[in-house]
Amino acid sequence: MSVGTERETWVGQAVLRLEDEALLRGEGRFIDDLDPVPNAYHAAILRSPFAHARIRSIDASAALELPGVVGVLTGAEVAAMSHPFPVGVENAPASYCCASELTRYYGEPVALAVARDRYVAEDAVELISVDWEPLAAVVDAVTAAETDALVSDRSFSYGDVDTAFASADVVVADRFRFPRWSCNPLECYGVVADWTGDSLTAWANFQGPFTLHSVAAAALGLPGSKLRLITPPDSGGSFGTKAAVYTYVVLMALASKKLGVPVRWTEDRLEHLAAAGSATARVTDLAAAFAADGELLALRYDVIEDVGAYVRAPEPATLYRMHGSLSGAYRVRNVAVRNRVVVTNRPPTSLNRGFGGPQMYFALERTMEIAAGRLGIDPAELRRRNLVRDFPHRTPSGGLYDSGDYEACLDDALELARYEERRAEQAAAREEGRLVGIGVACVVEPSISNMGYITLAQTSDERTAQLPKSGNAEGATIAINPIGGVTVRISTTPQGQGHRTAAAQVAADALGVAPEQIDVLTDVDTSTSAWTVASGNYSSRFSGVGAGAVHKAATKLATKLRAIAAPQLGAEPDEVELRDGKAWANDESVSLRRLAGAAHWNPDSLPRGVEPGLHETAFDAAPNLEPPDADDRVASSAAHGFLADVAVVEVERDTGAVRVLEYVTVHDAGRLLNPLLVEGQVRGGFAHGAGVALFERIVHDDEGNLLTGTFMDYLCPTAPDLPPLTMGHRETPSPFTTLGSKGLGEGTTMSAPVAIANAVADALGVQALEVPLTPGRVWELLR
Amino acid sequence: MKPPRFEYARPESLEEAVALLAEGEDAKVLAGGQSLVPALNMRLLRPSLLVDLGRVRGLDRIEARNSSVAVGARVTQRAFAESPLVPPLAAEALPHVGHYVTRNRGTVGGSIAHADAAAELSLCLVVLGGSVVTNRRTIPAEEFFVGHFTTALEPGELVVETLWPRLDGWRFAFEEFAQRRGDYGLSLVAVALRLEDGVVAESRLGLASVTDRPTLVADAEAVESLELWGNLHASPDYLRNLTRILVARAVARAAA
Repeated sequence: MSVGTERETWVGQAVLRLEDEALLRGEGRFIDDLDPVPNAYHAAILRSPFAHARIRSIDASAALELPGVVGVLTGAEVAAMSHPFPVGVENAPASYCCASELTRYYGEPVALAVARDRYVAEDAVELISVDWEPLAAVVDAVTAAETDALVSDRSFSYGDVDTAFASADVVVADRFRFPRWSCNPLECYGVVADWTGDSLTAWANFQGPFTLHSVAAAALGLPGSKLRLITPPDSGGSFGTKAAVYTYVVLMALASKKLGVPVRWTEDRLEHLAAAGSATARVTDLAAAFAADGELLALRYDVIEDVGAYVRAPEPATLYRMHGSLSGAYRVRNVAVRNRVVVTNRPPTSLNRGFGGPQMYFALERTMEIAAGRLGIDPAELRRRNLVRDFPHRTPSGGLYDSGDYEACLDDALELARYEERRAEQAAAREEGRLVGIGVACVVEPSISNMGYITLAQTSDERTAQLPKSGNAEGATIAINPIGGVTVRISTTPQGQGHRTAAAQVAADALGVAPEQIDVLTDVDTSTSAWTVASGNYSSRFSGVGAGAVHKAATKLATKLRAIAAPQLGAEPDEVELRDGKAWANDESVSLRRLAGAAHWNPDSLPRGVEPGLHETAFDAAPNLEPPDADDRVASSAAHGFLADVAVVEVERDTGAVRVLEYVTVHDAGRLLNPLLVEGQVRGGFAHGAGVALFERIVHDDEGNLLTGTFMDYLCPTAPDLPPLTMGHRETPSPFTTLGSKGLGEGTTMSAPVAIANAVADALGVQALEVPLTPGRVWELLR
Repeated sequence: MKPPRFEYARPESLEEAVALLAEGEDAKVLAGGQSLVPALNMRLLRPSLLVDLGRVRGLDRIEARNSSVAVGARVTQRAFAESPLVPPLAAEALPHVGHYVTRNRGTVGGSIAHADAAAELSLCLVVLGGSVVTNRRTIPAEEFFVGHFTTALEPGELVVETLWPRLDGWRFAFEEFAQRRGDYGLSLVAVALRLEDGVVAESRLGLASVTDRPTLVADAEAVESLELWGNLHASPDYLRNLTRILVARAVARAAA
């Protein structure tokens, strides 16, 4: 309706966030604000103080004597009451929501106390005594890969990689390490579980994917309809990590079942820093073959992925999310990769913004920078020569890039950064002994994940034996009540991105009303919402299929409204236009409210063939997301944005402090639904990426003890620590999404770590470096 | 992150506060709570009694006294920073003390009594040759700080005020290096100099964070022989380098 008409659309406008007034007034409704069942008791968790230990015995008798304590649940009971979580890798150790005989990471739950309040619950936890037998821990991923901690080992080759390397003029090879880092949303995990009869109702600030609803149900042995999962209207950020809250849904459910009371638990920051889902740590050996003119001929990856103590669903997805994009933004035809997944005595990993992108691009874009030096070609120019130009573009590993103008984005970025001038300034600064560096990164940002890509962890034969998995669908519902109120309900569990605003804009265009006249409900209830396995908030899928579902539902409703209005206006339905809250034809109009009133109060008046009711549900699904083929090719995502970044840094020689003087990021994410929300997403993505570039990492010592257990040692960047950011945008619509839009909230998280690292390497004239580039580390590089 | 059970008292007078402290051997004094409350929540401290100084009269004054400035124990770091009487060295250091919002509640006396080895105010007090006045005695700052989180305070002894010599005619500089604004500094340096005809006649140079308490050293050379422990963020070599650089910067700036 909105596309192709002369009328200006709400989509594309910088509509102010409809969410903000309530949030600014402190009227948001987060998990801790909900009191969904009376008399819920509070849980506290006893966590392992060892990375690897045998639990000889647990004695909870003292805890049970404490006044106010309702009961205790131990790992042994959890093992008896539940099943291991289903997992996509065969050799992985069985994983429950709580350790029973063996604890495999520092911070792993081993028991839980439930009491009248959290204070007493924590007192009770201290009174549970455990007889531990500490065991040797494995923390290093490379070491783990040589042992039975290697749980998956798959090799893939596309094109003729060996021949390409044999014919290369220049081969660049290096090892790149990427650290574990995390999301640290303001609000940590929260769960309320109420087990009654044979069914569970759980409230949790879960973010999807709702595949994990099935995982939780399987662990609890519940048939589908018996696990009702409800998310609160507001979430205090997630950035991926709240996918992992499902293990605590299971834990609290078991406590509620055993003790016969509703149980609530709010994770505190110490728990979060110790044991919440974080990114994988990755070691990548990457070799790249080039012709003398800079043509990238082949890439050969050898990856070791540390997923922590267990392979927790959806892992090892971090490894395969980028599978269709192993060639990055380049036309290279020959790509090989060996993917090894190892378990270590560190907490299980989960989603983190960028999901595999930061790790992969750190290796690829460092390699491009190093190769530029070896080839004697400017790093930006080397990339330009290899950028994908024609669309749609099928990558060697099966990715299908939809659209974009990569070269124009790179040009924009170089212009915004005054690249040539900067190079001259850099030369002058070096004359003065100052360490100035410039780094570039070009990144293809996939969005809307193919639910089937994860099955690449299995062989083609193993996949054939199962139900194929593919696609990525999302649902939405829209309704008009008898007094003309429009309500949209979405299943994308927003965590602060502004889905409410964007969904209202999309529906407003279809119905011809203003966005603020539309109520958008964001709480998901698996018993009443329009959802599917793919639902939720990950892989930047909202602007593609989330908004697409709203558009489709609203269009269905608009079609119906036109059909109802047509006879009243003496027109055909397709002559009726919806605008300004009315249906128009032949210069006559009838208000939406009147149309709705008639539909509800006088269904007898509806034109022949029009079904009563103004309540429509629609699902949108991205095309081309087939299951992996027999040759292990997969279109791992539906849409692909592109971004070109330039970082300019100065390193203080005395202290090793890195100052980012300027950071430019230019995106082509298709049609932008709301530039204001876009800016928020890019700024946030940059902060997350700059965090790991300069500050953030999770550190365990050789015994697996946590060294970054508080915000004193786990350093998140704060606003004053972030460098200035310059943004640019191009809008090449995606032919594969309903509204032409693509995801863009993760791109700068993928690019910033390596762009900044490239700039620091350039400033120092060194090749080997690791993020975060803390002053101490940089100073060591300067020595 | 909930504290274990404790008793709480809010005396109205110093005498009452001291009496309460004498009662509970493991009693803790609550002033701004910016260090104590997190430590309670993390169960790192388990006092049986908290004595809240919030209502004790007379502890929130800043006044000139002889050649010093007397700062009541409960004066907030922000009030100290904004006082016309704030010593220039402390004025330079205060923006590094935590964050704006923590300085609104965090107190001068609390910071001194807490004796974190990386505390800016402790270092300044030592470099200025100040002292700590308790309900029993006056302790020179250099003797007050015994180690990380450890002071010369005895059971039942309470910080009442701190005395900050004005050192008229001296020049000062404070330098700190932290990875982020408001973090505990990896290294802190403060210097006070008195010049005569462009030549240094007297100097007081102090270090913190790299030592277990704010420490006066004779000169820059002393940095070379410091015994240093690395941490997650910095190796001993790096800390020595950093301290060397901060000393050079501070001295140069003070002398300029």
